[in-house]
Amino acid sequence: MSQNGKMIRKKDLNFWQRVYIPEILKGLRLTFMALFRRKITIQYPEKRFTPPDSFRGRPVLVEENGVERCVACGLCSRVCPALAIEVQANETPLEKERFPERFEINMVRCIFCGFCEEVCPEEAIIMSKEYELVFESQQEAVFGKDKLLVPIEKVRDRLEFLHKHR
Amino acid sequence: MLETAIIAVAKIVLTLITLLTLVVLTVYTERRVSAFVQDRVGPNRVGPKGLLQAVADVVKLLMKEDIVPKSANKPIHDLAPMISIGVAMSTFAVIPIGSTMEIFGRQIDMMIADVNIGILYVLALTSMGVYGITLAGWSSNNKYSLLGGLRSSAQLISYELSMGVSIIGVLLISGSLELDEIVGKQASSLWAGIPAWNVFLQPVAFVTFVVAAFAETNRLPFDLPEAEPELVGGYHTEYSGLKFGLFMLSEYVNMIVASAIIVTLFLGGYAFPWAGQFGLSGNSLALAEVLTFCVKTGLVMFFIIMIRWTLPRFRYDQLMRLGWKVMLPIALANLVVTASILALMNWA
Repeated sequence: MSQNGKMIRKKDLNFWQRVYIPEILKGLRLTFMALFRRKITIQYPEKRFTPPDSFRGRPVLVEENGVERCVACGLCSRVCPALAIEVQANETPLEKERFPERFEINMVRCIFCGFCEEVCPEEAIIMSKEYELVFESQQEAVFGKDKLLVPIEKVRDRLEFLHKHR
Repeated sequence: MLETAIIAVAKIVLTLITLLTLVVLTVYTERRVSAFVQDRVGPNRVGPKGLLQAVADVVKLLMKEDIVPKSANKPIHDLAPMISIGVAMSTFAVIPIGSTMEIFGRQIDMMIADVNIGILYVLALTSMGVYGITLAGWSSNNKYSLLGGLRSSAQLISYELSMGVSIIGVLLISGSLELDEIVGKQASSLWAGIPAWNVFLQPVAFVTFVVAAFAETNRLPFDLPEAEPELVGGYHTEYSGLKFGLFMLSEYVNMIVASAIIVTLFLGGYAFPWAGQFGLSGNSLALAEVLTFCVKTGLVMFFIIMIRWTLPRFRYDQLMRLGWKVMLPIALANLVVTASILALMNWA
Protein backbone atom coordinates (compact mmCIF):
# COMPACT_ATOMS: atom_id res chain seq x y z
CA MET A 1 0.00 0.00 0.00
CA SER A 2 1.60 3.22 -1.05
CA GLN A 3 0.23 6.62 -1.82
CA ASN A 4 2.36 9.40 -3.30
CA GLY A 5 5.29 7.07 -2.88
CA LYS A 6 4.79 6.96 0.88
CA MET A 7 4.34 3.62 2.56
CA ILE A 8 1.06 3.35 4.53
CA ARG A 9 1.12 0.99 7.45
CA LYS A 10 -1.87 -0.27 9.35
CA LYS A 11 -1.15 2.05 12.28
CA ASP A 12 -1.43 5.09 9.98
CA LEU A 13 -5.08 4.37 9.18
CA ASN A 14 -7.68 6.43 10.97
CA PHE A 15 -10.65 4.93 12.78
CA TRP A 16 -13.08 4.99 9.86
CA GLN A 17 -10.52 3.46 7.54
CA ARG A 18 -10.01 0.67 10.03
CA VAL A 19 -13.73 0.01 10.33
CA TYR A 20 -13.41 -0.73 6.60
CA ILE A 21 -17.08 -0.42 5.75
CA PRO A 22 -16.91 3.25 4.64
CA GLU A 23 -13.97 2.26 2.45
CA ILE A 24 -16.04 -0.54 0.93
CA LEU A 25 -18.77 1.98 0.16
CA LYS A 26 -16.19 4.22 -1.52
CA GLY A 27 -15.08 1.28 -3.63
CA LEU A 28 -18.67 0.44 -4.48
CA ARG A 29 -19.23 4.00 -5.65
CA LEU A 30 -16.23 3.66 -7.95
CA THR A 31 -17.40 0.38 -9.47
CA PHE A 32 -20.94 1.71 -9.75
CA MET A 33 -19.75 4.75 -11.68
CA ALA A 34 -17.77 2.36 -13.88
CA LEU A 35 -21.04 0.77 -14.99
CA PHE A 36 -21.84 3.89 -16.99
CA ARG A 37 -18.44 4.48 -18.52
CA ARG A 38 -17.99 4.26 -22.27
CA LYS A 39 -17.37 0.68 -23.33
CA ILE A 40 -14.21 0.05 -25.32
CA THR A 41 -15.38 -3.18 -26.95
CA ILE A 42 -15.61 -3.15 -30.75
CA GLN A 43 -18.33 -5.44 -32.11
CA TYR A 44 -15.79 -7.24 -34.27
CA PRO A 45 -17.23 -8.84 -37.38
CA GLU A 46 -19.59 -5.89 -37.95
CA LYS A 47 -17.20 -3.12 -36.99
CA ARG A 48 -13.50 -3.40 -37.52
CA PHE A 49 -10.58 -1.86 -35.74
CA THR A 50 -8.73 0.67 -37.88
CA PRO A 51 -5.17 0.56 -36.64
CA PRO A 52 -3.07 3.71 -36.23
CA ASP A 53 -0.10 4.23 -38.59
CA SER A 54 2.27 2.92 -35.95
CA PHE A 55 0.54 -0.48 -36.03
CA ARG A 56 2.65 -3.45 -37.11
CA GLY A 57 0.47 -5.81 -39.11
CA ARG A 58 1.72 -8.40 -41.58
CA PRO A 59 4.90 -7.42 -43.45
CA VAL A 60 4.45 -6.64 -47.16
CA LEU A 61 6.75 -5.86 -50.09
CA VAL A 62 6.29 -2.44 -51.67
CA GLU A 63 5.54 -2.56 -55.38
CA GLU A 64 6.40 0.62 -57.30
CA ASN A 65 5.48 1.00 -61.00
CA GLY A 66 4.72 -2.69 -61.19
CA VAL A 67 8.15 -3.75 -59.87
CA GLU A 68 9.11 -4.56 -56.29
CA ARG A 69 11.53 -2.16 -54.62
CA CYS A 70 13.43 -5.03 -53.06
CA VAL A 71 17.01 -5.56 -54.24
CA ALA A 72 17.33 -8.92 -52.52
CA CYS A 73 20.18 -7.85 -50.25
CA GLY A 74 19.02 -10.38 -47.70
CA LEU A 75 19.35 -8.08 -44.67
CA CYS A 76 15.78 -8.73 -43.56
CA SER A 77 16.41 -12.42 -43.72
CA ARG A 78 19.58 -11.98 -41.64
CA VAL A 79 17.95 -9.82 -38.98
CA CYS A 80 14.76 -11.82 -38.62
CA PRO A 81 14.84 -13.25 -35.07
CA ALA A 82 12.29 -15.92 -35.93
CA LEU A 83 14.02 -16.97 -39.17
CA ALA A 84 10.78 -16.46 -41.05
CA ILE A 85 12.15 -14.78 -44.20
CA GLU A 86 13.80 -16.52 -47.12
CA VAL A 87 15.20 -14.57 -50.08
CA GLN A 88 16.71 -15.88 -53.29
CA ALA A 89 18.32 -13.19 -55.45
CA ASN A 90 18.72 -13.01 -59.22
CA GLU A 91 19.90 -10.46 -61.76
CA THR A 92 17.69 -8.04 -63.61
CA PRO A 93 18.36 -5.64 -66.51
CA LEU A 94 16.69 -2.87 -64.49
CA GLU A 95 18.71 -0.11 -62.77
CA LYS A 96 18.60 -1.86 -59.41
CA GLU A 97 20.43 -4.84 -61.01
CA ARG A 98 19.18 -7.40 -58.47
CA PHE A 99 15.73 -8.63 -57.63
CA PRO A 100 14.31 -11.36 -55.40
CA GLU A 101 13.49 -14.32 -57.56
CA ARG A 102 11.83 -15.93 -54.57
CA PHE A 103 10.76 -14.04 -51.42
CA GLU A 104 8.95 -16.04 -48.78
CA ILE A 105 7.77 -15.12 -45.31
CA ASN A 106 6.54 -17.94 -43.14
CA MET A 107 3.65 -16.24 -41.34
CA VAL A 108 3.50 -18.96 -38.72
CA ARG A 109 7.02 -17.99 -37.64
CA CYS A 110 6.71 -14.21 -38.05
CA ILE A 111 6.52 -12.40 -34.71
CA PHE A 112 5.64 -8.97 -36.14
CA CYS A 113 8.70 -7.35 -34.55
CA GLY A 114 9.28 -5.05 -37.52
CA PHE A 115 13.06 -5.59 -37.59
CA CYS A 116 12.93 -6.35 -41.31
CA GLU A 117 11.26 -3.02 -41.93
CA GLU A 118 13.82 -1.22 -39.78
CA VAL A 119 16.83 -2.78 -41.46
CA CYS A 120 15.68 -2.48 -45.07
CA PRO A 121 17.84 0.08 -46.96
CA GLU A 122 15.29 0.46 -49.79
CA GLU A 123 12.09 0.78 -47.72
CA ALA A 124 11.00 -2.23 -49.66
CA ILE A 125 9.57 -4.32 -46.83
CA ILE A 126 7.00 -2.62 -44.65
CA MET A 127 4.62 -3.53 -41.85
CA SER A 128 1.06 -3.13 -43.15
CA LYS A 129 -2.15 -2.63 -41.19
CA GLU A 130 -3.53 -6.06 -41.98
CA TYR A 131 -4.12 -8.17 -38.90
CA GLU A 132 -6.58 -10.81 -40.07
CA LEU A 133 -4.37 -13.77 -40.91
CA VAL A 134 -6.03 -17.14 -41.25
CA PHE A 135 -4.48 -20.29 -42.64
CA GLU A 136 -5.67 -23.86 -42.76
CA SER A 137 -2.27 -25.49 -43.15
CA GLN A 138 1.44 -24.87 -42.64
CA GLN A 139 1.98 -24.69 -46.41
CA GLU A 140 -0.68 -22.05 -46.78
CA ALA A 141 1.04 -19.91 -44.15
CA VAL A 142 4.15 -19.45 -46.28
CA PHE A 143 3.47 -16.24 -48.15
CA GLY A 144 5.25 -15.93 -51.50
CA LYS A 145 5.71 -12.87 -53.67
CA ASP A 146 2.17 -13.20 -55.00
CA LYS A 147 0.75 -12.44 -51.56
CA LEU A 148 3.49 -10.14 -50.31
CA LEU A 149 3.56 -7.61 -53.13
CA VAL A 150 1.36 -4.62 -52.45
CA PRO A 151 1.14 -1.49 -54.64
CA ILE A 152 2.73 1.56 -53.02
CA GLU A 153 -0.56 3.49 -52.94
CA LYS A 154 -1.93 1.12 -50.30
CA VAL A 155 0.93 1.61 -47.85
CA ARG A 156 1.45 5.38 -48.18
CA ASP A 157 0.29 5.94 -44.58
CA ARG A 158 2.98 3.72 -43.18
CA LEU A 159 5.71 5.16 -45.43
CA GLU A 160 4.80 8.69 -44.35
CA PHE A 161 4.79 7.59 -40.73
CA LEU A 162 8.26 6.12 -41.16
CA HIS A 163 9.58 9.28 -42.82
CA LYS A 164 8.20 11.41 -40.02
CA HIS A 165 9.37 9.38 -37.08
CA ARG A 166 12.62 7.85 -38.20
CA MET B 1 -55.91 -34.07 2.20
CA LEU B 2 -55.47 -34.68 -1.51
CA GLU B 3 -56.03 -31.02 -2.21
CA THR B 4 -53.31 -29.95 0.20
CA ALA B 5 -50.94 -32.39 -1.45
CA ILE B 6 -51.78 -31.06 -4.90
CA ILE B 7 -51.27 -27.49 -3.73
CA ALA B 8 -47.93 -28.38 -2.15
CA VAL B 9 -46.72 -30.15 -5.28
CA ALA B 10 -47.86 -27.25 -7.44
CA LYS B 11 -45.99 -24.81 -5.21
CA ILE B 12 -42.82 -26.94 -5.27
CA VAL B 13 -42.87 -27.26 -9.05
CA LEU B 14 -43.52 -23.56 -9.48
CA THR B 15 -40.73 -22.63 -7.08
CA LEU B 16 -38.27 -24.98 -8.75
CA ILE B 17 -39.01 -23.60 -12.20
CA THR B 18 -38.81 -20.02 -10.96
CA LEU B 19 -35.54 -20.69 -9.17
CA LEU B 20 -33.96 -22.29 -12.23
CA THR B 21 -35.08 -19.41 -14.44
CA LEU B 22 -33.77 -16.95 -11.88
CA VAL B 23 -30.42 -18.71 -11.83
CA VAL B 24 -30.16 -18.34 -15.59
CA LEU B 25 -31.00 -14.66 -15.25
CA THR B 26 -28.54 -14.22 -12.38
CA VAL B 27 -25.69 -15.77 -14.34
CA TYR B 28 -26.51 -13.46 -17.24
CA THR B 29 -26.73 -10.42 -14.96
CA GLU B 30 -23.49 -11.27 -13.23
CA ARG B 31 -21.65 -11.60 -16.53
CA ARG B 32 -23.19 -8.45 -17.90
CA VAL B 33 -22.50 -6.40 -14.76
CA SER B 34 -18.95 -7.66 -14.48
CA ALA B 35 -18.39 -6.72 -18.11
CA PHE B 36 -19.83 -3.26 -17.58
CA VAL B 37 -17.62 -2.65 -14.55
CA GLN B 38 -14.61 -3.55 -16.66
CA ASP B 39 -15.63 -1.35 -19.64
CA ARG B 40 -16.65 -4.39 -21.67
CA VAL B 41 -20.02 -5.29 -23.14
CA GLY B 42 -20.44 -8.90 -22.02
CA PRO B 43 -22.51 -11.61 -23.69
CA ASN B 44 -24.76 -9.97 -26.29
CA ARG B 45 -24.93 -12.43 -29.17
CA VAL B 46 -27.20 -15.31 -28.16
CA GLY B 47 -30.80 -14.18 -28.24
CA PRO B 48 -31.97 -10.61 -27.70
CA LYS B 49 -29.29 -8.67 -25.81
CA GLY B 50 -27.58 -12.01 -25.10
CA LEU B 51 -30.33 -13.15 -22.74
CA LEU B 52 -30.10 -16.74 -23.96
CA GLN B 53 -26.35 -17.00 -23.34
CA ALA B 54 -26.84 -18.88 -20.08
CA VAL B 55 -29.24 -21.28 -21.81
CA ALA B 56 -26.60 -21.98 -24.44
CA ASP B 57 -24.05 -22.57 -21.69
CA VAL B 58 -26.35 -25.04 -19.95
CA VAL B 59 -26.87 -26.94 -23.20
CA LYS B 60 -23.10 -27.04 -23.67
CA LEU B 61 -22.60 -28.37 -20.14
CA LEU B 62 -25.21 -31.08 -20.72
CA MET B 63 -23.42 -32.29 -23.84
CA LYS B 64 -19.99 -32.44 -22.17
CA GLU B 65 -18.42 -35.75 -21.28
CA ASP B 66 -18.66 -36.62 -17.60
CA ILE B 67 -15.08 -37.32 -16.50
CA VAL B 68 -14.43 -39.04 -13.19
CA PRO B 69 -10.80 -39.33 -12.06
CA LYS B 70 -9.49 -42.89 -11.88
CA SER B 71 -8.60 -42.67 -8.19
CA ALA B 72 -11.75 -40.82 -7.16
CA ASN B 73 -14.29 -42.34 -4.84
CA LYS B 74 -17.03 -42.73 -7.42
CA PRO B 75 -20.22 -42.95 -5.27
CA ILE B 76 -19.24 -39.93 -3.17
CA HIS B 77 -18.00 -38.09 -6.22
CA ASP B 78 -21.50 -38.53 -7.68
CA LEU B 79 -23.25 -37.76 -4.41
CA ALA B 80 -21.52 -34.47 -3.63
CA PRO B 81 -23.14 -32.29 -6.30
CA MET B 82 -26.53 -33.80 -5.47
CA ILE B 83 -26.15 -32.80 -1.82
CA SER B 84 -25.09 -29.32 -2.87
CA ILE B 85 -28.04 -28.69 -5.15
CA GLY B 86 -30.60 -30.47 -2.98
CA VAL B 87 -29.71 -28.44 0.07
CA ALA B 88 -29.53 -25.19 -1.84
CA MET B 89 -32.94 -25.70 -3.44
CA SER B 90 -34.78 -26.90 -0.34
CA THR B 91 -33.73 -23.89 1.73
CA PHE B 92 -36.12 -21.78 -0.29
CA ALA B 93 -39.09 -23.82 0.98
CA VAL B 94 -39.58 -21.77 4.15
CA ILE B 95 -39.10 -18.31 2.72
CA PRO B 96 -42.37 -16.39 2.47
CA ILE B 97 -42.64 -14.38 -0.74
CA GLY B 98 -46.06 -12.92 0.11
CA SER B 99 -48.80 -13.21 2.73
CA THR B 100 -51.78 -15.12 1.31
CA MET B 101 -53.37 -15.23 -2.08
CA GLU B 102 -56.91 -16.33 -2.91
CA ILE B 103 -57.01 -18.78 -5.78
CA PHE B 104 -60.28 -20.61 -6.65
CA GLY B 105 -61.79 -19.51 -3.35
CA ARG B 106 -58.93 -20.97 -1.35
CA GLN B 107 -56.47 -19.10 0.88
CA ILE B 108 -52.97 -20.11 -0.17
CA ASP B 109 -49.85 -19.27 1.81
CA MET B 110 -47.09 -17.84 -0.35
CA MET B 111 -44.47 -20.25 0.94
CA ILE B 112 -44.04 -23.98 0.48
CA ALA B 113 -43.75 -25.02 4.10
CA ASP B 114 -44.97 -22.87 6.99
CA VAL B 115 -42.47 -24.28 9.50
CA ASN B 116 -42.71 -22.76 12.96
CA ILE B 117 -38.92 -22.94 13.37
CA GLY B 118 -38.27 -21.53 9.90
CA ILE B 119 -35.06 -19.73 10.74
CA LEU B 120 -33.53 -22.79 12.41
CA TYR B 121 -34.39 -24.83 9.33
CA VAL B 122 -32.57 -22.28 7.17
CA LEU B 123 -29.51 -22.32 9.42
CA ALA B 124 -29.45 -26.12 9.53
CA LEU B 125 -29.73 -26.52 5.77
CA THR B 126 -27.16 -23.88 4.89
CA SER B 127 -24.65 -25.66 7.10
CA MET B 128 -25.54 -28.94 5.39
CA GLY B 129 -24.46 -27.40 2.12
CA VAL B 130 -20.84 -27.57 3.18
CA TYR B 131 -21.01 -31.37 3.08
CA GLY B 132 -21.47 -31.21 -0.65
CA ILE B 133 -18.37 -29.07 -1.06
CA THR B 134 -16.21 -30.94 1.44
CA LEU B 135 -17.17 -34.36 0.08
CA ALA B 136 -16.54 -33.13 -3.46
CA GLY B 137 -13.08 -31.97 -2.46
CA TRP B 138 -12.28 -35.15 -0.59
CA SER B 139 -13.66 -37.69 -3.05
CA SER B 140 -11.82 -36.16 -6.02
CA ASN B 141 -8.53 -37.41 -4.57
CA ASN B 142 -6.78 -34.25 -5.65
CA LYS B 143 -4.80 -32.09 -3.28
CA TYR B 144 -6.22 -28.82 -4.58
CA SER B 145 -9.78 -30.06 -4.36
CA LEU B 146 -9.16 -31.32 -0.85
CA LEU B 147 -7.72 -27.97 0.21
CA GLY B 148 -10.76 -26.23 -1.25
CA GLY B 149 -13.11 -28.52 0.63
CA LEU B 150 -11.23 -28.08 3.89
CA ARG B 151 -11.17 -24.33 3.53
CA SER B 152 -14.88 -24.37 2.93
CA SER B 153 -15.65 -26.25 6.12
CA ALA B 154 -13.26 -24.13 8.21
CA GLN B 155 -14.79 -20.97 6.77
CA LEU B 156 -18.29 -22.19 7.44
CA ILE B 157 -17.58 -23.00 11.07
CA SER B 158 -15.97 -19.60 11.62
CA TYR B 159 -18.82 -17.63 10.13
CA GLU B 160 -21.81 -19.67 11.15
CA LEU B 161 -21.29 -18.60 14.76
CA SER B 162 -21.45 -14.91 14.07
CA MET B 163 -24.33 -15.51 11.67
CA GLY B 164 -26.32 -17.35 14.32
CA VAL B 165 -25.53 -14.80 17.01
CA SER B 166 -26.53 -11.90 14.79
CA ILE B 167 -29.81 -13.64 14.01
CA ILE B 168 -30.58 -13.93 17.74
CA GLY B 169 -30.82 -10.13 17.93
CA VAL B 170 -33.52 -10.21 15.28
CA LEU B 171 -35.30 -13.05 17.06
CA LEU B 172 -35.30 -11.12 20.33
CA ILE B 173 -37.02 -8.20 18.64
CA SER B 174 -39.62 -10.17 16.73
CA GLY B 175 -40.08 -12.85 19.38
CA SER B 176 -40.59 -15.65 16.88
CA LEU B 177 -38.65 -18.19 14.86
CA GLU B 178 -41.27 -18.15 12.15
CA LEU B 179 -40.14 -16.21 9.10
CA ASP B 180 -43.70 -15.15 8.29
CA GLU B 181 -44.07 -13.59 11.74
CA ILE B 182 -40.67 -11.89 11.55
CA VAL B 183 -41.84 -10.24 8.34
CA GLY B 184 -45.16 -9.32 9.93
CA LYS B 185 -43.37 -7.53 12.76
CA GLN B 186 -41.41 -5.46 10.25
CA ALA B 187 -44.52 -4.36 8.37
CA SER B 188 -45.48 -1.82 11.04
CA SER B 189 -44.21 1.74 10.97
CA LEU B 190 -41.34 2.83 13.21
CA TRP B 191 -41.85 6.60 13.13
CA ALA B 192 -42.28 9.29 10.49
CA GLY B 193 -43.17 6.74 7.81
CA ILE B 194 -39.98 4.72 8.17
CA PRO B 195 -40.94 1.05 8.20
CA ALA B 196 -39.83 -0.96 11.23
CA TRP B 197 -37.32 -2.98 9.25
CA ASN B 198 -34.69 -4.77 11.25
CA VAL B 199 -31.90 -2.92 9.39
CA PHE B 200 -32.87 0.18 11.31
CA LEU B 201 -33.39 -1.66 14.59
CA GLN B 202 -30.36 -3.94 14.29
CA PRO B 203 -27.81 -2.24 11.99
CA VAL B 204 -24.83 -4.02 13.53
CA ALA B 205 -26.49 -7.42 13.24
CA PHE B 206 -27.33 -6.57 9.63
CA VAL B 207 -23.69 -5.90 8.77
CA THR B 208 -22.39 -9.01 10.52
CA PHE B 209 -25.12 -11.14 8.97
CA VAL B 210 -24.42 -9.87 5.47
CA VAL B 211 -20.68 -10.47 5.84
CA ALA B 212 -21.35 -13.96 7.19
CA ALA B 213 -23.76 -14.61 4.32
CA PHE B 214 -21.01 -13.74 1.86
CA ALA B 215 -18.75 -16.27 3.57
CA GLU B 216 -21.48 -18.93 3.68
CA THR B 217 -22.25 -18.64 -0.01
CA ASN B 218 -18.53 -18.67 -0.90
CA ARG B 219 -18.87 -15.41 -2.76
CA LEU B 220 -16.05 -12.96 -3.20
CA PRO B 221 -14.36 -11.55 -1.13
CA PHE B 222 -14.58 -14.88 0.70
CA ASP B 223 -14.44 -17.34 -2.17
CA LEU B 224 -11.37 -19.11 -0.82
CA PRO B 225 -12.73 -22.64 -1.43
CA GLU B 226 -12.40 -22.03 -5.15
CA ALA B 227 -9.61 -19.45 -5.20
CA GLU B 228 -8.45 -19.97 -8.77
CA PRO B 229 -4.90 -18.60 -8.48
CA GLU B 230 -3.94 -20.98 -5.67
CA LEU B 231 -6.32 -23.92 -5.94
CA VAL B 232 -6.88 -24.30 -9.70
CA GLY B 233 -10.67 -24.55 -9.31
CA GLY B 234 -10.95 -25.63 -5.70
CA TYR B 235 -13.42 -28.35 -4.82
CA HIS B 236 -14.84 -28.64 -8.35
CA THR B 237 -11.51 -29.00 -10.15
CA GLU B 238 -12.23 -32.65 -10.95
CA TYR B 239 -15.81 -32.14 -12.04
CA SER B 240 -17.04 -31.74 -15.55
CA GLY B 241 -20.24 -31.64 -17.54
CA LEU B 242 -23.52 -31.92 -15.74
CA LYS B 243 -22.01 -32.44 -12.30
CA PHE B 244 -19.98 -29.26 -12.59
CA GLY B 245 -23.15 -27.57 -13.79
CA LEU B 246 -24.91 -28.68 -10.60
CA PHE B 247 -22.21 -27.06 -8.46
CA MET B 248 -22.48 -23.89 -10.48
CA LEU B 249 -26.26 -24.01 -10.16
CA SER B 250 -26.17 -24.54 -6.41
CA GLU B 251 -23.73 -21.65 -6.04
CA TYR B 252 -26.18 -19.30 -7.69
CA VAL B 253 -29.22 -20.77 -5.92
CA ASN B 254 -27.33 -20.20 -2.67
CA MET B 255 -26.80 -16.60 -3.68
CA ILE B 256 -30.51 -16.16 -4.39
CA VAL B 257 -31.47 -17.85 -1.14
CA ALA B 258 -28.97 -15.77 0.85
CA SER B 259 -30.38 -12.54 -0.60
CA ALA B 260 -33.92 -13.74 0.07
CA ILE B 261 -33.02 -14.45 3.70
CA ILE B 262 -31.31 -11.08 4.11
CA VAL B 263 -34.46 -9.45 2.74
CA THR B 264 -36.74 -11.51 4.98
CA LEU B 265 -34.80 -10.97 8.17
CA PHE B 266 -33.62 -7.40 7.79
CA LEU B 267 -35.27 -5.59 4.92
CA GLY B 268 -38.91 -6.15 5.72
CA GLY B 269 -39.37 -9.27 3.60
CA TYR B 270 -42.40 -9.10 1.35
CA ALA B 271 -43.88 -6.25 3.42
CA PHE B 272 -44.83 -3.49 1.03
CA PRO B 273 -44.07 -0.20 2.81
CA TRP B 274 -47.00 2.23 3.06
CA ALA B 275 -49.35 -0.50 1.77
CA GLY B 276 -52.26 1.06 3.68
CA GLN B 277 -51.97 4.35 1.80
CA PHE B 278 -52.51 2.70 -1.56
CA GLY B 279 -55.65 0.94 -0.39
CA LEU B 280 -54.63 -2.41 -1.83
CA SER B 281 -56.32 -5.54 -0.57
CA GLY B 282 -56.78 -9.19 -1.40
CA ASN B 283 -55.00 -10.52 -4.45
CA SER B 284 -53.71 -7.16 -5.67
CA LEU B 285 -52.00 -6.65 -2.31
CA ALA B 286 -50.51 -10.17 -2.52
CA LEU B 287 -49.18 -9.41 -6.00
CA ALA B 288 -47.70 -6.13 -4.78
CA GLU B 289 -46.05 -8.04 -1.94
CA VAL B 290 -44.51 -10.61 -4.28
CA LEU B 291 -43.27 -7.79 -6.47
CA THR B 292 -41.75 -5.95 -3.49
CA PHE B 293 -40.03 -9.13 -2.42
CA CYS B 294 -38.62 -9.68 -5.90
CA VAL B 295 -37.39 -6.10 -6.19
CA LYS B 296 -35.73 -6.18 -2.76
CA THR B 297 -34.09 -9.54 -3.43
CA GLY B 298 -32.94 -8.35 -6.83
CA LEU B 299 -31.32 -5.27 -5.31
CA VAL B 300 -29.52 -7.34 -2.69
CA MET B 301 -28.29 -9.68 -5.42
CA PHE B 302 -27.06 -6.74 -7.43
CA PHE B 303 -25.22 -5.57 -4.32
CA ILE B 304 -23.60 -8.99 -3.92
CA ILE B 305 -22.50 -8.95 -7.56
CA MET B 306 -21.12 -5.43 -7.25
CA ILE B 307 -19.15 -6.42 -4.15
CA ARG B 308 -17.57 -9.23 -6.16
CA TRP B 309 -16.19 -6.72 -8.64
CA THR B 310 -15.16 -4.22 -5.97
CA LEU B 311 -13.23 -6.14 -3.34
CA PRO B 312 -10.25 -8.44 -3.82
CA ARG B 313 -10.15 -11.84 -2.18
CA PHE B 314 -9.13 -12.00 1.49
CA ARG B 315 -6.08 -13.94 2.51
CA TYR B 316 -6.86 -17.09 4.45
CA ASP B 317 -5.49 -15.82 7.77
CA GLN B 318 -7.32 -12.54 7.30
CA LEU B 319 -10.53 -14.44 6.73
CA MET B 320 -10.08 -16.43 9.92
CA ARG B 321 -9.07 -13.37 11.95
CA LEU B 322 -12.06 -11.42 10.70
CA GLY B 323 -14.38 -14.29 11.56
CA TRP B 324 -13.14 -15.03 15.05
CA LYS B 325 -11.60 -11.81 16.34
CA VAL B 326 -13.86 -9.21 14.76
CA MET B 327 -17.21 -10.60 13.69
CA LEU B 328 -17.92 -12.84 16.66
CA PRO B 329 -17.16 -10.21 19.36
CA ILE B 330 -19.19 -7.59 17.50
CA ALA B 331 -22.13 -9.94 17.08
CA LEU B 332 -21.96 -10.96 20.75
CA ALA B 333 -21.75 -7.34 21.92
CA ASN B 334 -24.73 -6.50 19.74
CA LEU B 335 -26.65 -9.38 21.24
CA VAL B 336 -25.87 -8.28 24.81
CA VAL B 337 -26.84 -4.66 24.11
CA THR B 338 -30.07 -5.67 22.36
CA ALA B 339 -31.03 -8.05 25.15
CA SER B 340 -30.30 -5.43 27.84
CA ILE B 341 -32.34 -2.76 26.09
CA LEU B 342 -35.26 -5.12 25.59
CA ALA B 343 -35.09 -6.21 29.24
CA LEU B 344 -35.05 -2.58 30.37
CA MET B 345 -38.04 -1.77 28.17
CA ASN B 346 -40.00 -4.70 29.58
CA TRP B 347 -39.05 -3.73 33.11
CA ALA B 348 -39.95 -0.08 32.72
